[in-house]
Amino acid sequence: MPEITRDEVAHLANLARIDLDDAELDHLAPQLSVILESVASINGVAGDDVPPTSHALPLTNVFRDDVVTPGLTVEQALSGAPEVDQQRFSVPRILGDEQ
Amino acid sequence: MTTTVRNTAAEMAQALADGTVTSVQLTELHLERIAAVDGAVHAFLHVDHEGALAQAAASDARRAAGETLSPLDGVPIAVKDVLTTEGLPTTCGSKILEGWVPPYDATVVARLRAAGLPILGKTNMDEFAMGSSTEHSAYGPTHNPWDLDRIPGGSGGGSAAAVAAFEAPLAIGTDTGGSIRQPGAVTGTVGVKPTYGGVSRYGLVALANSLDQAGPVTRTVLDSALLHDIIGGHDPRDSTSIDQPWPSFTDAARAGATGDMTGVKIGVITELTGEGWQDGVMARFQESIDLLVKAGAEVVEVSCPSFVHALAAYYLILPAEASSNLAKFDAMRYGLRVVPEGDPSAEDVMRATRDAGFGDEVKRRIILGTYALSSGYYDAYYGQAQKVRTLISRDFEAAFEQVDVLVSPTAPTTAFKLGEKLDDPIAMYLNDLATIPANLAGVPGISVPSGLADEDGLPAGFQILAPALADERLYRVGAALESLLTQEWGAPLLDKAPALALRDGSSLASTGTESETR
Repeated sequence: MPEITRDEVAHLANLARIDLDDAELDHLAPQLSVILESVASINGVAGDDVPPTSHALPLTNVFRDDVVTPGLTVEQALSGAPEVDQQRFSVPRILGDEQ
Repeated sequence: MTTTVRNTAAEMAQALADGTVTSVQLTELHLERIAAVDGAVHAFLHVDHEGALAQAAASDARRAAGETLSPLDGVPIAVKDVLTTEGLPTTCGSKILEGWVPPYDATVVARLRAAGLPILGKTNMDEFAMGSSTEHSAYGPTHNPWDLDRIPGGSGGGSAAAVAAFEAPLAIGTDTGGSIRQPGAVTGTVGVKPTYGGVSRYGLVALANSLDQAGPVTRTVLDSALLHDIIGGHDPRDSTSIDQPWPSFTDAARAGATGDMTGVKIGVITELTGEGWQDGVMARFQESIDLLVKAGAEVVEVSCPSFVHALAAYYLILPAEASSNLAKFDAMRYGLRVVPEGDPSAEDVMRATRDAGFGDEVKRRIILGTYALSSGYYDAYYGQAQKVRTLISRDFEAAFEQVDVLVSPTAPTTAFKLGEKLDDPIAMYLNDLATIPANLAGVPGISVPSGLADEDGLPAGFQILAPALADERLYRVGAALESLLTQEWGAPLLDKAPALALRDGSSLASTGTESETR
């Protein structure tokens, strides 16, 4: 039976860029194990001959004509930004201490 | 005849056309109703008094000049808070988007505006549409108008409750695994999930792109059809939008309302009935089947053996897509930004923001999705789920070779108590057992009220599913069942809902809507 350990949850949370504190890890890890156990029933249901479906309707390569259409103004695009500097999104430093 | 909030949208549209009511009056009636009952129901996250009244006044001016934009011009509507609305807050029920005002309209919203429907406000939902009870909203749960201690369904509990509590005649919902149909079932209202690609997803904040679909939430099948005709159709801004003409769903609903089911072949899905389903839900389902047979339908049982794996496939595919989609909430371009002490890097800010901004269920699903997509697990989980999706589509194809529509109860139980399943994800997920297969295969579905369960007096729903692109069958059969049941009941089901206490100071008393129907 698949089980997801507290350490694995901490690792996944790290990959997903979510700070989880100890209490959250204690709470979530057992719940995720239960969910995983119940979805694990899917293993072996479909054989190798069954193709995967990523999309319900068979659509491929939807193109539009290459014409200019109006987009957002700079002010509109920046209107929800937490911080703006010289008509740009202002973000914290992107390099960590170790880089 | 005086128009009240209890009229159907079609009746309101007729009254507007007859000149017996104005859009401003209609909109005011609903704003008063919201003021009177929404303290208890909490269907709305944001009410736009000024905007709605301005749009209503514009509608009245148009009509006075002899012009209307659509059959529903002037009839107010509520919109689920997962669709972007220019100038109106859009939170998706999440703290991470608190206070965000989008700079653009979703295509569905743009079409509502272009059709002249005043937008009353934005309705409550489970955070990013993850849930079946609306309890996962960061802004507090919505209460079921039938019993305020119970859930209104989810994720679109706000839209369904708004319509059931007569706070809006129409609403927009979105359905990823049943979020339109299941709330419809537990609130005694109608909800439609169109064919995937039938209604544009542009401006719909994605939960799971390959499953999400916006649709109508109303009190009658005809009202859903009128609304579907307005919001549906090809949109070049959504590359998965179906580029083909659609028939009039309004015509289909009107044809169905005669109740004649001669020549219609209906399949009862074996796997979606029987053990584990509440007795009262099954009793109402069987009565509905009997009525359809009496009206001329041929009913057979159809097996869809892969449906038993639908829930597992869904809870792998959905978290996988959701974990990718929600990566955009990174505290950089919009939404919440939490800056930890010291000299934090962008990554530190992301981690802190996503911890503070996302609720438990969202974190659960992001982590589950991250796991399912990890190398080493991908083939065993996500890959398998995608194959099961193929098997489910094949089950539908085989079934629709035998019958015109498939049916089942919409949800296994009536509305449960708030808090009852909040910390038991698996119990919560089981609510969507019957609705999920349609999303995985992209086929359309409707939930129509089937009556009240004997054991608790709460509404149950009857689900109808049709082949992809054959949405008009939902309206034909749905309207027939609705008309047959309403004849049996002698009045719409919602007339049996208990009267909600009105908040003091509301001027609603002048409309007399609470007392005149009972």
